Formats: sequence, structure tokens, C-alpha cells
Amino acid sequence: MPTPTKGPRLGGSPAHERLMLANLATALFTHGRITTTEAKAKRLRPYAERLISKAKIGDLHNRREIMKVIRDKDVVHKLFAEIGPFFVDRPGGYTRITKTLARKGDNAPMAVIELVQQKTVTAEAEAARKTKFAKDEKKAETPAVAEDTKAEDTKAEDTDAAVVDQDAEAPESATKNASQDPAEGADEAAKVEDKKDES
Amino acid sequence: MAVPKRKMSRSNTRSRRAQWKTAAVHLVACQNKACRQPKPQHIACPACGQYAGRQVVQPA
Repeated sequence: MPTPTKGPRLGGSPAHERLMLANLATALFTHGRITTTEAKAKRLRPYAERLISKAKIGDLHNRREIMKVIRDKDVVHKLFAEIGPFFVDRPGGYTRITKTLARKGDNAPMAVIELVQQKTVTAEAEAARKTKFAKDEKKAETPAVAEDTKAEDTKAEDTDAAVVDQDAEAPESATKNASQDPAEGADEAAKVEDKKDES
Repeated sequence: MAVPKRKMSRSNTRSRRAQWKTAAVHLVACQNKACRQPKPQHIACPACGQYAGRQVVQPA
């Protein structure tokens, strides 16, 4: 018995499934990132990564193997010329799946599958910071998203404010304690007076 | 062909339908400190579009 596929079957027939996976892989390599259902993304990931592994080897046999799946020669060329060499030092894990909100019409769980653009984790962090700045610039132009820029600004200030807060909180707590102490003292004083009354 | 032998009483119908309950969606605060909007867990934030510090989608 052949090993069943990991994950759900797609489409109505094996041929339909092969076509869907081939089309999804073509779209992924063309655009770098695609939004699709979570089930399709999960089926696509090993499929696409196997193609990239073949592209990394880069010989004629593997090119023909890929041509069996991806019929668009431009995409095959891009796979061999750009995507394969880019992932030379990455041993697998070429794609990333991030879940997003469910689709509105049928509540299908959706996901974004993308080719990993960053070389290392630190590069990724730097890139993330850059994208944030770029996003701020974009949002300055569009008024609808201006709220987020404010949020970003506040975030930037948060780090400074946090330091200030730590200093600021201490006096507050001190004052609170101070305010509590007199009250306790007053109670004690009241008790003393009570005792005096009893005596 | 199988057919119902008896009329389904109003009580039985209502007892069955009383079990159709909804559950509240489990939400967590967005990890992005500037956002902090409630969102479903393990899902890119619909408000800011970030997930684990990465910009995944552009918020609508």
C-alpha cells in the first residue's frame, strides 16, 4: 500500500490535486508570497521545498524534473537563476506559513505562505525594523492608517517612558506608603485614646 | 424507506435545540506592544498585521 499523503486531499481527483499543487507552486515562485487556505498551504510546503531542493542542484536532469511540474519556463528559469542560488546556505525550510484570519465567505482558515527572504535571524530582525520604518513612511501618506503611526510613535516612546516610569513609580509607591502610614498611625492613636477612655 | 413513527413533541424538539450553544472565541492580546488588540491565538493580528514581530499582512 502506498503511503497516504500527509494532510488533506485537494480537489476532486488525483489529476485535479496535481494541477492545484502545480499551480500553487508556480504562483508561490512567481510572487514570493501567496495567501491561500491553510490546508493548501500545508500541502504546498513540502511540495514547493522539494522543487527548490531540485533547483539548488541545478543540473539538466533536475531542470527536466521541475519542468514536469511547472510548465511556465520563465518561472523555472527564475527558480534556477534566483531562488535556488539564494537558498544555497539554507538546509531546508525555505518557506514559512503564517496563519491569518479566516476567510469571510466560508470561514475557511487562511494562511500566508512565503519564501523566506532573510538569510539569518539577526538579518531578519534588522529587516523587520526597516519594514517598520518603511511602513511608517507609507502610513504618513495615507490618513486611514495614521492611527497606527501614532501607535508606533508611542511604542518608540514606550522604551524611554518605561525608564522614566520606573523612576516615577518609586516615589508614587513611597507616597502611597507614606499616605498609608499616617492612617495607621491615626488608628493607633485612636486606639490609644480608646484605651485612655477605658482607663 | 425509514419514516418517523411518532410525532416529535415540542418538548423533545426544544430539549434538543437547547443544546445548540455557541462558545466565545479565545482571544489574546497582540504581541506587538504598540497594538495590544485582542486577536485569536497563533494568527497574524488583524489590527496591525504582525505576527511574532514580522509584518505578515497589511491591515485593512
